[in-house]
Amino acid sequence: MKYLSEFRDGALAKKVADAIHAESKTPLRIMEFCGGHTITLVKYGIPQMLPEQIEMISGPGCPVCVTTKKEIDAAIEIARRPDAVLASFGDMIRVPGTRESLQQAKSKGANVAVVYSPDDAVKLALEQPAKKVVFFAVGFETTAPVTAAAISYARAAKADNFFIYSAHKTTPAILAALLDGEVRLDAFICPGHVTTITGADIYKPLTGAGKPCIVSGFEPVDILRSVLMIVRQANRGVAETEIEYTRVATWAGNAHAQKLLADIFEPCDAVWRGIGPVPMSGLTCKGAYARYNAAREFGISFDGDEKETPGCICGSILRGMKKPADCKLFRRACNPENPIGACMVSDEGTCSVYYRFGGSHAEAAHAKV
Amino acid sequence: MCLAVPMELVEKSEFRGVARLGGVSRDVNLMLVPEAGVGDYVIIHAGCAISVLSREEAQRTLDLLGEIEGIGDLGGKPA
Repeated sequence: MKYLSEFRDGALAKKVADAIHAESKTPLRIMEFCGGHTITLVKYGIPQMLPEQIEMISGPGCPVCVTTKKEIDAAIEIARRPDAVLASFGDMIRVPGTRESLQQAKSKGANVAVVYSPDDAVKLALEQPAKKVVFFAVGFETTAPVTAAAISYARAAKADNFFIYSAHKTTPAILAALLDGEVRLDAFICPGHVTTITGADIYKPLTGAGKPCIVSGFEPVDILRSVLMIVRQANRGVAETEIEYTRVATWAGNAHAQKLLADIFEPCDAVWRGIGPVPMSGLTCKGAYARYNAAREFGISFDGDEKETPGCICGSILRGMKKPADCKLFRRACNPENPIGACMVSDEGTCSVYYRFGGSHAEAAHAKV
Repeated sequence: MCLAVPMELVEKSEFRGVARLGGVSRDVNLMLVPEAGVGDYVIIHAGCAISVLSREEAQRTLDLLGEIEGIGDLGGKPA
């Protein structure tokens, strides 16, 4: 595949890894924020290709994982209404709420439709004018403008029976929270597609705190090159934002997407599963667009925090303080078929990735502290 | 969740288009990249193009990687 396979070239990856070994001078703890990066790291065994003194730590960057049980409960409540259809991305379907998942609710008769795109939910609303079609809007800045584009499409197509239930979260607030963690992080590999929308200025709080930030692509060569760029910054004693993923991400970001986000959404307080409340880290429909807000339409109130299952350490894993192997439930009571904690519920969750691709050798390499 | 792939834009009519990857074609929303043209590689996320891939930058990255000998600049910052 053009522009993908070149960045998966094993010989090129080895060449970059050799350069990392040649140039690495100091111990570094590097957090990859994004679940997409975590998958590439573990799938291709990148931690094992790095020098002993470079440790990779996974961050909270999976919107499915940080969606709270109560948000899923609310989506199920909507799906159970006889006058409503709940349209959701496939990756939200199996995630357990307080008592059950959307999939389990669907098997008992709730109206759940899986869509690939929020546009498909608008099409569903146009096809079923007698129903209220609610898109379960989940995701970071990559996905939020796609939801905004769907609202814009619904407005143009006069799909007045289209709504969204927003569980969108934004990244800058959580990045700042990671600096307050108990774990010393030396540098960040930053999410390439979020940056494609937001631009690269959002990492200033991190570089200002002395942490190099590299906006990375998602292929193994991209991630290795990002690690090399961090090593070189550390050797020069600087902390700057650099874009490795120059073929897609830019300094300014996507102005059209930023305008659409600003026109349709405004920030609101949000709760992150495993982390808790993070002020102004959510998005809600604003002004004239409030009519698309399903929570308002159906009178769903949202009341904050929730307790995780005893023994689950997902909160610490999301903050980079612990690894899956440190959890007593991991691989035993908690697995992808029966996820207990946030990090096991999605394919991009740290525990799920380690369970599926990790193997004990990778967990051991990742657990070297 | 933020997964997105480069696909070639093969048809365009205002804010909608058809993009192709290998043997797969699908309708895509072009509202976020009005500058995209037929023949461009667009980055598709959840049925929506979020960016136009720069072929020049992709080639420049591969050229820089080709030059790595443990020294030199990897690029990434504008001059």
